[in-house]
Amino acid sequence: MASVGTRQLRAVIRYIGRMVDLAISEIEWQALRVSFAVALRSALFSLPLAVAVAWALTRRRFHGRFMLDAVVHLPLVLPPVLVGYGLLLLFGVRGPIGAWLEQTLGIRLVFTLPGAALATAVMTFPLMVRAIRIALEQVDTGLEEAARTLGAGPLDRFLSITLPLMSPGILAGTITAFVAALGEFGAVITFAGNIAGETQTLPLALYSALQRPDGDVLAGRLALLSLALGVAGLALAELLSRLLRRRLGRPGAV
Amino acid sequence: MLNVRLSRQRGDFCLDVSFSAQTPGVIALFGRSGSGKTTLAHLLAGLLQPEAGIVELDGERLYDSEQALNVPPEARRIGYVFQDGRLFPHYTVHGNLLYGWKRRPQDAPADAGLPSRLILLLGLEKLLTRRPWQLSGGERQRVALGRALLTHPRLLLLDEPLAALDQRRREEVLPYLERVRDELRVPMIYVSHQFDEVLRLATHVVLMDHGRSVASGDLPAISLHPQLRDTVGAEALGAVVEATVTHAADDTGLGQISVGHGRLQLPTAALQPGQPVRLQLLARDLILALGTPRGLSVRNRLAGVIVAMQDDDAHSVLVSVDVGGPILLARVTALSAAELELRIGLPLWVLVKSVTLRTFSRSDS
Repeated sequence: MASVGTRQLRAVIRYIGRMVDLAISEIEWQALRVSFAVALRSALFSLPLAVAVAWALTRRRFHGRFMLDAVVHLPLVLPPVLVGYGLLLLFGVRGPIGAWLEQTLGIRLVFTLPGAALATAVMTFPLMVRAIRIALEQVDTGLEEAARTLGAGPLDRFLSITLPLMSPGILAGTITAFVAALGEFGAVITFAGNIAGETQTLPLALYSALQRPDGDVLAGRLALLSLALGVAGLALAELLSRLLRRRLGRPGAV
Repeated sequence: MLNVRLSRQRGDFCLDVSFSAQTPGVIALFGRSGSGKTTLAHLLAGLLQPEAGIVELDGERLYDSEQALNVPPEARRIGYVFQDGRLFPHYTVHGNLLYGWKRRPQDAPADAGLPSRLILLLGLEKLLTRRPWQLSGGERQRVALGRALLTHPRLLLLDEPLAALDQRRREEVLPYLERVRDELRVPMIYVSHQFDEVLRLATHVVLMDHGRSVASGDLPAISLHPQLRDTVGAEALGAVVEATVTHAADDTGLGQISVGHGRLQLPTAALQPGQPVRLQLLARDLILALGTPRGLSVRNRLAGVIVAMQDDDAHSVLVSVDVGGPILLARVTALSAAELELRIGLPLWVLVKSVTLRTFSRSDS
């Protein structure tokens, strides 16, 4: 009995030792790299579009505004697998957009890293739009009017007044979307598959590890890694947007 | 010359104004809150759209509904100082000042020294590195004024720039506005519901009521306008007279100011002979006497002739007295008017109990 207890204890210690081992294995590196590559592309590509959509939803009154709002927010309420499936229908090799992309530009999105980035971008887009929209709503349009009377045209006003004043929200939205992108699962696995080194992001690697009988240590390590990244990302978003807000000079009401 | 004829209907509020005024000069848009002053200022700047009319400044049309001409605000070259300053929080004072300067029109006079001169004129040299939230209300308005002036405006709109300030801060900013009027000679439109600010600054007054321009003219004329009472109230009603200091203060502290055929002795400590001043003589502070008054503590009296009479309310009458050019307004009770048999053409004395005196140098002189 005692020897069994000791053996179990040793196993647990060895398990913990491997869990907190700072040397990161090749498979973990690969998942991290793919996750970052996917999240970075997804965040950078959606940013300009998210600013434009947030602008349209906040400042413009047009037919179909309600529709646009709904479409943008749909990924929040749909099952991610459904979003991935929708992307397959549109961007698959036989899909209307996918076929065109492959024939004219030679670009294939399904089961590739750019495809994973696309799926991730669609899923995290509402988060980004929301944060930017809130920031834009807080920008005092009176300041834009003032800039107008000082001789600033539309683009000039946007770049010199509106954009800097909403930058804390843009930054927070981008980081939140980036961190969420690191963990996107359903849409990615449906549209881009689970190919190690190409489309296998952290959560996909975690899922694969859990499928293997000997994968519990790896799964635990990947889980801890995801958790640490998420927490660090949120903290960074908060910190940076506070710093920016202070630089923009609004401690309290002005 | 500024020619304005504008109309705009929004819900219940109908704006319908029409006036012309000389430039340069300070045109006061005077009226109660809600009389349409700010709306008119926004229309002039192009920030709101009228339905019909024209805006013509020094011969150039900025808006003309018939020709479908509408110069956008950023091209109108009309500076705007907003009630709340609207400084950009992400720029320093210096950055705010230079925002318009960097975007000034290419045909603006080449004058590289203007920013530093204006900074001195407005007393901003110690504030340049500060952020808007580190400024007092008065400082903020001075920066807003400098920022608007640095765009080389053809017209400067000041929308109640002192409304958000307490009396002390007002007194801190007003001299700067006078300096801008007298030294830079930029045409200004000054929106206000404070008669005292109008008294100090305006060369022309447009009286606004319920969205309409009910009168337009120089301040002495507007001060006699029957509809001014609705705006300033019965107590603040009184003629404004433009006059000149004739004698500096002697050792009694009193100097002399000629008004019409007569003279008033007033404390004029800091004034020089020849200096133009404005006097406001409140209707309630004037006493009418038929004979030569004797044995009174009131020192100042002016001889005149009644030129008009109108009922002020059920118990009092407003009497207009020509004192040799300027016309004064005196309020007497209906009972006194009847007892003294006041009538148009009657010569009498006007006793002046007190006077509000404001120095005023006309910018068009």
